[in-house]
Amino acid sequence: MEFAELIKTPRVDNVVLHRPFYPAVEGTLCLTGHHLILSSRQDNTEELWLLHSNIDAIDKRFVGSLGTIIIKCKDFRIIQLDIPGMEECLNIASSIEALSTLDSITLMYPFFYRPMFEVIEDGWHSFLPEQEFELYSSATSEWRLSYVNKEFAVCPSYPPIVTVPKSIDDEALRKVATFRHGGRFPVLSYYHKKNGMVIMRSGQPLTGTNGRRCKEDEKLINATLRAGKRGYIIDTRSLNVAQQARAKGGGFEQEAHYPQWRRIHKSIERYHILQESLIKLVEACNDQTHNMDRWLSKLEASNWLTHIKEILTAACLAAQCIDREGASILIHGTEGTDSTLQVTSLAQIILEPRSRTIRGFEALVEREWLQAGHPFQQRCAQSAYCNTKQKWEAPVFLLFLDCVWQILRQFPCSFEFNENFLIMLFEHAYASQFGTFLGNNESERCKLKLQQKTMSLWSWVNQPGELSKFTNPLFEANNLVIWPSVAPQSLPLWEGIFLRWNRSSKYLDEAYEEMVNIIEYNKELQAKVNILRRQLAELETEDGMQESP
Amino acid sequence: MEHIRTPKVENVRLVDRVSPKKAALGTLYLTATHVIFVENSPDTRKETWILHSQISTIEKQATTATGCPLLIRCKNFQIIQLIIPQERDCHDVYISLIRLARPVKYEELYCFSFNPMLDKEEREQGWVLIDLSEEYKRMGLPNHYWQLSDVNRDYRVCDSYPTELYVPKSATAHIIVGSSKFRSRRRFPVLSYYCKDNHASICRSSQPLSGFSARCLEDEQMLQAIRKANPGSDFVYVVDTRPKLNAMANRAAGKGYENEDNYSNIKFQFIGIENIHVMRNSLQKMLEVCELKSPSMSDFLWGLENSGWLRHIKAIMDAGIFIAKAVSEEGASVLVHCSDGWDRTAQVCSVASLLLDPHYRTLKGFMVLIEKDWISFGHKFNHRYGNLDGDPKEISPVIDQFIECVWQLMEQFPCAFEFNERFLIHIQHHIYSCQFGNFLCNSQKERRELKIQERTYSLWAHLWKNRADYLNPLFRADHSQTQGTFHLPTAPCNFMYKFWSGMYNRFEKGMQPRQSVTDYLMAVKEETQQLEEELEALEERLEKIQKVQLNCTKVKSKQSEPSKHSGFSTSDNSIANTPQDYSGNMKSFPSRSPSQGDEDSALILTQDNLKSSDPDLSANSDQESGVEDLSCRSPSGGEHAPSEDSGKDRDSDEAVFLTA
Repeated sequence: MEFAELIKTPRVDNVVLHRPFYPAVEGTLCLTGHHLILSSRQDNTEELWLLHSNIDAIDKRFVGSLGTIIIKCKDFRIIQLDIPGMEECLNIASSIEALSTLDSITLMYPFFYRPMFEVIEDGWHSFLPEQEFELYSSATSEWRLSYVNKEFAVCPSYPPIVTVPKSIDDEALRKVATFRHGGRFPVLSYYHKKNGMVIMRSGQPLTGTNGRRCKEDEKLINATLRAGKRGYIIDTRSLNVAQQARAKGGGFEQEAHYPQWRRIHKSIERYHILQESLIKLVEACNDQTHNMDRWLSKLEASNWLTHIKEILTAACLAAQCIDREGASILIHGTEGTDSTLQVTSLAQIILEPRSRTIRGFEALVEREWLQAGHPFQQRCAQSAYCNTKQKWEAPVFLLFLDCVWQILRQFPCSFEFNENFLIMLFEHAYASQFGTFLGNNESERCKLKLQQKTMSLWSWVNQPGELSKFTNPLFEANNLVIWPSVAPQSLPLWEGIFLRWNRSSKYLDEAYEEMVNIIEYNKELQAKVNILRRQLAELETEDGMQESP
Repeated sequence: MEHIRTPKVENVRLVDRVSPKKAALGTLYLTATHVIFVENSPDTRKETWILHSQISTIEKQATTATGCPLLIRCKNFQIIQLIIPQERDCHDVYISLIRLARPVKYEELYCFSFNPMLDKEEREQGWVLIDLSEEYKRMGLPNHYWQLSDVNRDYRVCDSYPTELYVPKSATAHIIVGSSKFRSRRRFPVLSYYCKDNHASICRSSQPLSGFSARCLEDEQMLQAIRKANPGSDFVYVVDTRPKLNAMANRAAGKGYENEDNYSNIKFQFIGIENIHVMRNSLQKMLEVCELKSPSMSDFLWGLENSGWLRHIKAIMDAGIFIAKAVSEEGASVLVHCSDGWDRTAQVCSVASLLLDPHYRTLKGFMVLIEKDWISFGHKFNHRYGNLDGDPKEISPVIDQFIECVWQLMEQFPCAFEFNERFLIHIQHHIYSCQFGNFLCNSQKERRELKIQERTYSLWAHLWKNRADYLNPLFRADHSQTQGTFHLPTAPCNFMYKFWSGMYNRFEKGMQPRQSVTDYLMAVKEETQQLEEELEALEERLEKIQKVQLNCTKVKSKQSEPSKHSGFSTSDNSIANTPQDYSGNMKSFPSRSPSQGDEDSALILTQDNLKSSDPDLSANSDQESGVEDLSCRSPSGGEHAPSEDSGKDRDSDEAVFLTA
């Protein structure tokens, strides 16, 4: 196998593993092509199975001939391996380094993973655009599916099938694509059944410095407006940034050319600013030495919660335009693959009860992130510990999950899934045995033949046994729009992610278990009572029949 | 009543704190005990009631074209902004409230006019619900090492101590009196908590009058007696909860701290908790942050940090953890003091007790803890919480901090407490409300002189009566978290201490989680209980019917009887196959059937449940209202805060998103 040359020392004995909140374990360390495994010689002791792709950075130290490797994972965990023998330690370290930074996607674990479970439902076909379209096609005939991007020729980051206004033909779409960043012409993101208003998303218009315009573009987005109605364009950049974008050929919609639309600028940060924010936050969470004031100032300085607040505010604004103002909206930033998707997907969490169910949320991730062309491969290549910062790395998806968690915290009974579900998605976005988050868009995923060669995350998650771990016991279907608070007092740090490895969760886990027990017991009783009632009713009718003649 | 210059002002506007452009038009009433605002809107006639004793500050702001704004800040963190059309009316209201909010005699306080319609016997029973002599018995006292001392009979030795005190058996009256003369305000070392498993104890006192070199043989003997009362340890910790610098400064005034050389076998330890003035300013700063209109995240976090509030909370917790560890892990006794031994000492002793003993984490045990470490040991409630007009420099949120420490622990140990957050919030409310007599005055002596127990009612009985509202559904007496001592890390772990929005922003309902897990689970548990009962009844009935069926050929006519006996009417039979109706019949199940009509209100589950016990409303059942127009003498609660209006949420949200 091609990894053999990377593994100089496949096995070392007497390695000691240190992890937070666990006693140190001594055992044998094994390196395989995709895993780092520590197995103690005793039975029943826990082993470490770590995907190389989960490793974000490693440090090594030597004291005499005892080497220590500190492994920092993309899920923010830090573990330490004490390895006797300098040569072994160096070999292990260089192997880990090489194996955790494989540059070819097809060498990644999903291409080698063979599931140990029976696939009941193939997740690759769980959320087809046609099915999604059917969900609202009964309510409206103003939209159609377009196959204009079948060969990914019009827009490389769009899926082959998109939803567009019925009155706009494919030829017009091609023209609009040339006027929008990355060919990302406006497409339907969400249809609000209650009042027929829609969220569309796109890339920025390529107006440039000389105010270029595109009649088809204007026609396309106006086609979504009801007669006499106005819409809102939410630009996820500040006006300043949007203006600067003109110099690079980008820009924003001029009022003169889009008189029926009111533009609102909401500043959401992107790229390295987010990545640095994450790095600072995780550093603050890991530093136990500072005092209280220092902790708060470091939390503040990371700006993470500021980003959360900004993103949620923009999403609430979008939802408000739809539900309260009764106006359709178009959302874009620059490329339309990051902040745009954060806003469109969070607005749906607020507006659409279905997206608060497990299936619905999966569909949302599939539609608004994977199909919509969020470049997971680039954004999630590295996490909080990596030193080689690349411009395209950014925790955009993690911020989205954090925002969902914030809403879940404020409406703990309105979501079918629990916090673990969100944590699981975070983990798999960064390192996974499944192919779902590989590649940057549908076009890449097609070329990689992921559907044929890898397993979908949804195939695994949607098994009843797995689902139960992610199901919120408090869930009661809530068909209403939910309006979260965006006040700083209402937006705490997501401890389940950021303090996960720094504090014991024993007591919180126990509380969760207790909660489950209370509800399970109630359901059990309800079932018993129902059976008895039925039995009684049957007996009594029998009695009645016996008596009546 | 003579202080009320104008009992009624019409066309007053109550400004919505979240979206100031919105204001409710209504009538403002001043009564002997409350400020009441009644909205004109005919369908709601919503009422907002503010107790005079809750008023912290009143601010008259510059008159504008719309009228004269009046800002009322309350001690329970409610903020009310009124706009009164006429400057003259505003001034009258202002002057009246200034006087009403600062009563000069205890008799003016609400508890002397509050009448919850209980007879004398019920009132008396209420006062004996929490019995400290029972508590000492529970600890295993008196025993071979500790005895009840009558040295403070008639408050002869120390007027801020209670009469019943436990001291080491070997401490003679001579030693006690001698020691008391060597301690600030004669607050000599006495027992606060005794751990019967290992004989270690927590004792409390005030600072010694040691100056730079003074000593007192009896005081040294007193500490030795405490050490001897714990055969398991050959030393005693002496914990001075002040910052070292403060303690040293006290030496110049002839006070100070114990010199290890003079006392045999003590280990002396400073744990720096700041004084009441620092704490007062810290809270003030934090409240300013809470009051900011649409603050940015940085404003908020920076302001929170700058207030130092969480650092102070942590300092108190650290001291409590240190003492709890000394007692439980080292088996050593601890003497705790600060300066006078009634503020920081009370905080630290009660936190340590709470960590050590699961009894204090129960509903009743927590009342006992406050009764013991705060009320009986002479925490100066009147001065600290400004019940009567007094020196503003004496005011400080000392017990508020303790209550927050408990909340912080509840967040970390969700199954460990029998009570919920609402219990803490309501206790905080009543410390300031003066609706019940428990927290009046500065000492037991003063309370006895005022005959508090004959003239007022006890909060503990009120809370106990409504205990269903205060239960933590996750608490189970046999759960591992409810057993024994808490094991807390001594490492910094700053992130464990969080801003308590449920307290400091509690009137901004929009900021709180809109669905309450606690209420949901309580409703489930209640349903479970009903199901258990029904199940039993059904099983019984089924058995009977089956028996009857066996004999049915013989006794045909008796078929209707079993159902009568098992307590089921025919109407029950008719719904036997529709379990949905069953849950629909239950009033107390708000979370499961959100009314589909009003979007936002359906989501706010806590409010309905709060009604029965919200402190704001229990106040109004019988009082001299002096308000003719108020047809409703017991307004429904939970609606007193302007921000609680659920119908308003949508606009308030809009404002937030747009301005942010």
